Amino acid sequence: MGIVEAILLTVITAATPLVLASIGELVTERSGVLNLGVEGMMVMGAAIAFAATQITGSPYIGILAGIAGGALFSLLFGFLTLTLVANQVATGLALTILGLGISGQIGEPYVGMSGTKLQPIVIPLLSDIPFLGPLLFKQDIIFYVSIALVIGVNWFLFKSRAGLKIRAIGDNHGSAHALGIHVIRTRYLAVMFGGACAGLAGAQLSLVYTPQWVENMSAGRGWIALALVVFASWRPWRVLAGGYLFGAVSISQLHAQAFGIGIPSQFLSALPYIATVVVLILISHNRRMTQINTPACLGKPFVPDR
Amino acid sequence: MSAVGASEGSPLLAVRNLTKLFGSFAACNGIDLDIKSGEIHALLGENGAGKSTLVKMLFGVLAPTSGQILWKGEAVRIASPGAARRIGIGMVFQHFSLFEALTVAENIALSLSPGISLSKVAEEASRLSHLYGLPLDPNAHVADLSVGERQRIEIVRALLQNPELIILDEPTSVLTPQEADRLFETLAKLKSEGRSVLYISHRLEEVQRICDRATVLRHGKVTGACDPRKETPASLARMMVGSDVASVSAAGTNTKGDVLLEARHLTVPSRTPFAVALKNVCLKVRSGEVLAIAGVAGNGQGELFDALSGEYPVVDPTAVSIRGKAAGNLGITARRLMGAGFVPEERHGHAAVTTLPLSDNLVLARSQSDRKTFLAGGLLGIIRQAVVRIASKRISETMDVRKSGENPAAGSLSGGNLQKYIVGRELDRQPAVLIVNQPTWGVDAGAASRIRQALVDLAKSGSAVLVISQDLDEIFEVATEIAVISEGRLSDSYPAHDLTREKIGLLMGGMYGKTEGEVAHAH
Repeated sequence: MGIVEAILLTVITAATPLVLASIGELVTERSGVLNLGVEGMMVMGAAIAFAATQITGSPYIGILAGIAGGALFSLLFGFLTLTLVANQVATGLALTILGLGISGQIGEPYVGMSGTKLQPIVIPLLSDIPFLGPLLFKQDIIFYVSIALVIGVNWFLFKSRAGLKIRAIGDNHGSAHALGIHVIRTRYLAVMFGGACAGLAGAQLSLVYTPQWVENMSAGRGWIALALVVFASWRPWRVLAGGYLFGAVSISQLHAQAFGIGIPSQFLSALPYIATVVVLILISHNRRMTQINTPACLGKPFVPDR
Repeated sequence: MSAVGASEGSPLLAVRNLTKLFGSFAACNGIDLDIKSGEIHALLGENGAGKSTLVKMLFGVLAPTSGQILWKGEAVRIASPGAARRIGIGMVFQHFSLFEALTVAENIALSLSPGISLSKVAEEASRLSHLYGLPLDPNAHVADLSVGERQRIEIVRALLQNPELIILDEPTSVLTPQEADRLFETLAKLKSEGRSVLYISHRLEEVQRICDRATVLRHGKVTGACDPRKETPASLARMMVGSDVASVSAAGTNTKGDVLLEARHLTVPSRTPFAVALKNVCLKVRSGEVLAIAGVAGNGQGELFDALSGEYPVVDPTAVSIRGKAAGNLGITARRLMGAGFVPEERHGHAAVTTLPLSDNLVLARSQSDRKTFLAGGLLGIIRQAVVRIASKRISETMDVRKSGENPAAGSLSGGNLQKYIVGRELDRQPAVLIVNQPTWGVDAGAASRIRQALVDLAKSGSAVLVISQDLDEIFEVATEIAVISEGRLSDSYPAHDLTREKIGLLMGGMYGKTEGEVAHAH
């Protein structure tokens, strides 16, 4: 394996959790709900997935536990903001703080333990393609799922009727209600999808990226995922592009630092953020498309009058 | 689409003793209503008379507190809009329930039963839209369409359900006279197919022209049921308002005072993708004049108001001048200090902060222009609550603002009463220049006449008044001069008595380029 391949492999590993968390939050936000608790749900997923893997010995059960943990945790957010109509921003921030705290508790017994790394699934034939094969077809299941989710969500939002309903609710929840669409129920599902994706992203961190449990191991990735959704103007392919761009620049700057290039390390560390923001602003310069894609009801509470 | 068979004997829809209570307040109180098959039935009433509440109950948006709804003689419970559509009731809302970010076809698909593919919806929608003379491009985004086109979507969406009863809420308030005529043709076609129409309006002339019967509501009760063609506008208005509506006495036209407001070659590029650019707008309003700007919604009225009021100042200072001084690059407060007053279009959230009491809304608008009166403590700017309250009370009394309590939240007032307050708030200063955008949009007849009279009186007292309106009745009532805005260009202004509705209609649609309504938007 050449050095380029090795670097690209680490890029994929770094980008996958961002793509997963962003695609989930994208669906949540398309339904008009702003869940700022991505970081909390992600770190919960990481802790639960690691604990479940340690207890059962199976990383696959760990993944499922991480997904379920993220979804259940988001349900708390859903209950507070959708049923009790609490402020979404404040509740999301609280969810992050709570998630960081609880995950520390859950992970406490496992600090310092070496985990079980999720093994790659080799896809026959395709993995024999030179260069691309080992990169794309000798990966763990979470990578495959992340790509499938981007394709699936894109199809779901823009081709399926249920996706149309989600976009309609995000655009104008009052009209959607008047048409007989179940606004609250749909938003619950969208929030839980976001939670499940964030949980899966967390599981990737503690089972693939660094197979161990470290407190606060999400390390701000939830916030980056949130920013990616906005800069990608709520479109799945751009989330994928943004996630990989961010991953690529953050890995390259690590290598640059290791080589000891004469650029201050603080600047290099900031580079992924700058690069991602610049590129995504450039691709979303078409203001009309951005306006069409921005959920008009984002963050607004919905109370049906009855 | 097959004709709908007329049922004999029992009416298509009957409402018996229907009541809706909000707390102890009866929005609808023992309403009785019969709609026969194949009739166009008018529902008349002022704002707050209970029309919308009644219609929402018929369409399953609100649940009645008591009473019965009978559909073809059988008692039904309409629990949701979906249930209403299933039994055969379609609805075209006044404030369109469309999704701006979605395409026409997607909007239509959302209201259909599942299992129909999007392409099939698009096909069926274009077929229906042509059948009923309502041309539409299924792939256009709603955000790019005119209000008239949006209404067509609503109508086609309702028609796709093959309804036996179609409810239209104030459908012509946003249309040109020509577009309204097209709508009436569509309604006549629906009627000829045996469908019924419940037509909600406050335009008496229209109701007399197209409706077979009328039910009049006031304060949540039925105050009359009649054949509108056998009534006079005055007698209908009496049933609606409970007393004669004062007719507005127009301002004199012979006074040729100084030019107090002027726009010179005002050109503004469009701020957002959905906005209209202003192209070389020139206008003059003299002391004693009311210049009314007619036009169909979305032709640059909002942008013109923004530029004239200073909500979005322009680069060229001389493009707008107030009392002879260049003001184009100044903000709204500076222009207020020069003696101008402004009433923007939206009452809620723009002209007034709905959650704040009226007195606070008064201070917010006039804290700079009336700084000495309303604020104390120099730079500290402490609000003199007592003074503000007295001023607020004076405004409410002058404009006959009806409200619950001394100083309620702005949002708790009905639309008409809040509008009277925010117009009164500016008039109270006796501004030399007043610019009003849609002064009586969605306001009941009584309040509208009060507001129009106040505008005319202000002009008579020597101010220059500019009114932007879509309502031609209103324009002819108040204006001394009329200009028409179309696609961001303003026509010359003509003396009001030289213009007819037809001429204005032509200026609205056909002055520059294509005839409105002839082609669906070519986006």
